[in-house]
Amino acid sequence: MISEEEVKHIAKLARLGLTQVELKKMQKELSSILDYIEKLGDEDKSSSSATERAKASEGGKKGTFFDFAVARVKKVDISVENVMRNDEVRRLKPEVRRKIIEQAPETKAGYLKVKLILNK
Amino acid sequence: MKLTDLTITQAHQGLKKKEFSALELCKAYLDKIKERDREIFAFLTVNTEKALSQAKKIDNLISAGKKLPILTGIPTAIKDNILVEGIKCTAGSKILEDYIAPYDATVIKKLKEEDCLILGKTNLDEFGMGSSTENSAFGPTHNPHDLTRVPGGSSGGSAAAVAANECVCALGSDTGGSIRQPASFCGVVGLRPTYGAVSRYGLIAFVSSLDQISPVAKTVEDTRIIFETIKGKDCLDSNSVEKPAPVKKLKIRELKIGVPKEYFVKGIDPEVAKVIKAAIKKYEEIGVKIEEVSLPYTEYALPAYYIINPSEASANLARYDGIKYGYSAKEAKDLMEIYLKSKGEGFGQEVRRRIILGTYSLSAGYYEAYYLRAQKVRTLVKNDFEKVFEKVDAIFTPVSPVLPFKIGERIEDPLPMYLVDVYTVPISLAGLPALSLPVGKAANLPVGLQIIGKPFEESKILEIGEIFEKTCPR
Repeated sequence: MISEEEVKHIAKLARLGLTQVELKKMQKELSSILDYIEKLGDEDKSSSSATERAKASEGGKKGTFFDFAVARVKKVDISVENVMRNDEVRRLKPEVRRKIIEQAPETKAGYLKVKLILNK
Repeated sequence: MKLTDLTITQAHQGLKKKEFSALELCKAYLDKIKERDREIFAFLTVNTEKALSQAKKIDNLISAGKKLPILTGIPTAIKDNILVEGIKCTAGSKILEDYIAPYDATVIKKLKEEDCLILGKTNLDEFGMGSSTENSAFGPTHNPHDLTRVPGGSSGGSAAAVAANECVCALGSDTGGSIRQPASFCGVVGLRPTYGAVSRYGLIAFVSSLDQISPVAKTVEDTRIIFETIKGKDCLDSNSVEKPAPVKKLKIRELKIGVPKEYFVKGIDPEVAKVIKAAIKKYEEIGVKIEEVSLPYTEYALPAYYIINPSEASANLARYDGIKYGYSAKEAKDLMEIYLKSKGEGFGQEVRRRIILGTYSLSAGYYEAYYLRAQKVRTLVKNDFEKVFEKVDAIFTPVSPVLPFKIGERIEDPLPMYLVDVYTVPISLAGLPALSLPVGKAANLPVGLQIIGKPFEESKILEIGEIFEKTCPR
């Protein structure tokens, strides 16, 4: 059973404001979900490797995501090659930039405005 | 035949032969939405003015004798987590209630290049989190086959809109079954493409290692048309890949299809099992070889999924901070309070639940026990499929263990809702393509067959689906 203190701590990490009633409810629901997930503990999976998204290129071998079944690869990483691109600035059209900035609740001179974070 | 009954191919022919104009076609669907959507609530935004003016432009193109791509003027609905420039994109969330998309998603750009007509944006479970569309901040969508029941989710709006003839076809997205299960519940065709087959640039991120944009339509042929249009590599989505060469024509007598025994055990509604078994029998009768196979890690897929899903979701949803865009709490005294209040007030119950669960399983001390362990199980689930695909061309399973349930029936407690995804989640974890095909009814409600293929063999599973459509026309 997950404790109320733990839920409180996690909520703070997630920057999620919860009321006292919500905290209690969340604690109960999370515990039942976690109990269900415990099913995973039934068996030893230590011999299996975790599914990974991207790996550095192996000797220039060209591979695509999930091409394992096509190629009948024995090793089961789901990606064989990392995706690289040049470190270049992609210029947005000024009107797209304007539209994106306009979505912010508070702006000043084309910048996002936030509250002071450092006090004297 | 009414204009609102047409498939893409039929509507395209009609426009080409000038049997009706693009404007007439567009108006027929807008009228249908006006007439039916009050009780179905598939649409969150109807793009009336823009759609009408676009239809007029298309008519000019037609009278000028321009060559018409197949999707030109086809009234299409888009799930409200895919960005269409200048139109609201809410993801079914209060936190994005007033968000206007500043650019087009890559798939939308591709549709627009063909002058496809975008009718509006459809309802969904908030950020895709749900299997019934009841988690939308704006109210539930109703199943056109029975208004007291759910249309499935999270792409319930898109599937219901197609089933109610409020559009010809639609785009949705599939994370753990979000296109396949609503397609099954609404009696329409849905395709989850292979992970990486379609660009996700402009899709509001939910679970990045699983999300795929997915078409939903009335026929397999229409589904194929949309898929062919939207697929392909995009430099704006590093996970997208180049389309592989088309597979050679199928020979029915050479087809071998696996039926996993783990998908017909406890938990499945016997009525659903009956319809699925009858459909499989139909394939057998025309000469397809059916073979029982085993996917032993099936039972671990769902718990693994419900760790991976909230973990990645919690990371993706961290961006809604009340600063950059979306809902921002008023009367906050400092920055921390803006975060706490904006997220607390802006996110719905299920979203908050998954953020907490995900943050928990990624936090120090728990990562190995949860996320890493789930990713290991994921590999085992994937290995299961790999092994079976050495022997068979495709796999048949039910899409859902249950029939469309009543609105309100499963919403109180999170677990019964999660269990609905049991047959669709393993395929997502393995990154495989799967088709959801309506193959019959039980208690007057639609039942879908899931046809799972090898990576990038969408074309093959679509063809297998077409065989059924031809053998047993609806």
